[in-house]
Amino acid sequence: MAEIKCIDLCKNYQQGDAVIKALDQVTLDIEQGSFVCLSGPSGSGKTTLLNMIGGLDQLDSGEISIDGERVDLLAKGPLADLRLHHIGFVFQAYNLIPVLSAQENVEFVMQVQGVSGAKRKEKSLAILREVGLEGMENRRPAQLSGGQQQRVAVARAIVSQPKLVLADEPTANLDSHSAKHLMELFRVLNEKHRVTFLISTHDERVMRYAKRLIKMQDGRIVEDREQVPA
Amino acid sequence: MAGTSILPFGAMTRLAWRNLWRNHRRTLIMLLAISVGVWAMIFMTAMMRGMVDQMVEDGIDALPGQVQVHHPNYRDDPSIENSMPEPLRQFFQELEQSAATGWTRRVRVPAMISSERDSRGVTLLGVEPAGEIALGFDPGSIVQGRFLESETDKGLVIGEKLLDRLETDLGKRVVIMSQDPENNIADRGFRIVGVYKAKLSSLEETYVYAGLGTTQSLLSLDGMISEIAITGRDYRNVDDLLEQVSTAAGNSLETLPWMELDSYLGLMLGVMDGFVLVWIIVIFLALSFGLVNTLMMAVFERVREIGLMQALGMKPSAILYQILLESLLLLLLGLILGNTLAIASILPIQDGIDISMVAEGMEMMGASSMLYPALKTKDLLLANVVVIVLGIITSLLPAWRASQYRPVEAIAKT
Repeated sequence: MAEIKCIDLCKNYQQGDAVIKALDQVTLDIEQGSFVCLSGPSGSGKTTLLNMIGGLDQLDSGEISIDGERVDLLAKGPLADLRLHHIGFVFQAYNLIPVLSAQENVEFVMQVQGVSGAKRKEKSLAILREVGLEGMENRRPAQLSGGQQQRVAVARAIVSQPKLVLADEPTANLDSHSAKHLMELFRVLNEKHRVTFLISTHDERVMRYAKRLIKMQDGRIVEDREQVPA
Repeated sequence: MAGTSILPFGAMTRLAWRNLWRNHRRTLIMLLAISVGVWAMIFMTAMMRGMVDQMVEDGIDALPGQVQVHHPNYRDDPSIENSMPEPLRQFFQELEQSAATGWTRRVRVPAMISSERDSRGVTLLGVEPAGEIALGFDPGSIVQGRFLESETDKGLVIGEKLLDRLETDLGKRVVIMSQDPENNIADRGFRIVGVYKAKLSSLEETYVYAGLGTTQSLLSLDGMISEIAITGRDYRNVDDLLEQVSTAAGNSLETLPWMELDSYLGLMLGVMDGFVLVWIIVIFLALSFGLVNTLMMAVFERVREIGLMQALGMKPSAILYQILLESLLLLLLGLILGNTLAIASILPIQDGIDISMVAEGMEMMGASSMLYPALKTKDLLLANVVVIVLGIITSLLPAWRASQYRPVEAIAKT
């Protein structure tokens, strides 16, 4: 399960003499199996919120818990364990390891988890097939297009079936066909495996898949509504 | 939560290896620097070690022997008055049971040698020819005539340089003059039967060889000798030999090892190990700047990737190991190349290289004009261990910095 509770999250960034309020008293509950889209203009705090929930950055104040465990109080090691075993990340800029092939990139997390070689291979080949990259397993990131790289990144994020997937603009660099394919894949994982999705996006097509839509502005939640996904 | 948050060693090594070759040129330059550094450590150490070994061995040959037995006052006053009686047969029987591999009895007195043209002060050695050869006198060093054939040989063997100084020749007569125990002048004409060439030309002017019996007769030293020189297998380890000889000689005689007989030589050997370590560390320090720079660059170039690995669940300690492993691979590769280069450059010259162009300067330090590099396993090991241990310590800084990045900041780096 992945039940997320955020209480009064605050995060300020210093930019020169100015203080930017990236998160301003954000309070939020996300139930397990949710499919949530965060929308809002650039600088509204979407990515910061994802980073905070994923334990990639530290809060100035507030509390975050996932399944009752206080993420904001965890030390680096336990935080790394939490990310390794429970959270899948999809970043806007793909973020693949350039010296590893597509398959090796997908296997990376499973290797760190200590999954056996045969199982890793089986799961990575299956997920690459599912994201439409069959036959490209041995290609390095530089030999793949932007869309293909993003699909590898998605495959890496979901291959070990985390309880929570945090995706930051996952379709930003994808063509409409690839974007649709990716969102369908997310929906299947959400419905079949009850994986919780929290996606930051500007893309209206992505928002249509959400069961819940949260709009942010200036570090605050300005709209939070349920919707029937397309 | 299961799992170690650390990549399996094989995967970590593969990743480290590939990262190493992301920038071929930089890695190759660093490899070249490490290889040349390691080569310099090993090659120069072998040359220095060879030079010191040669100096010590030549010094022991000139003493001669690894252990000597004297009259207790002989070292303070090496005159004929401080001769000692020849030991009993039992002494030599005990030597045969000991670690000794050869021994000889000698009379050693200051003397004057005169030819028809010149006179010189020398050290007259009355020797047993066979024993002398056993203790290091090389019969091949006789460049004219022959070496002494027996203790009662009436001939004289002198150095080539002394022959020149005296302006005499093989077969000609010279006069040896010294003092007997009663302080009376003892002199005798000798015919030069052999001329030797020493590794150190200074020795050629100093030592003249006569038969032991002949010398005893000249100096009225019946049954008396100056010293007994004994040699063993390993000059670095003479403790057992010293104890055995000392026991056989008894308390009335002084038994000393070569390092006390010639403290300069003993000091030289003792200082050498420390010098080798300092030399290796100095070269490594020069190398370490390049190593740190290379790793720093490699880390700075991959900040985003390191952040990604942390975001995916690798612990900071795993990042640290990853960077250290890259450093270790670079060091190991450099060591393999450096060792190969060093061995390949030492093997062809292991039979010695002629340094006669600088031999005069070397001779001042007691070294001969041939230099035999001595590649010791312990020096090889020392160089390799220093490079690995200090290399890893040096790499800790860039590795630690990499492990301390905050994932969100690292991922945002372009």
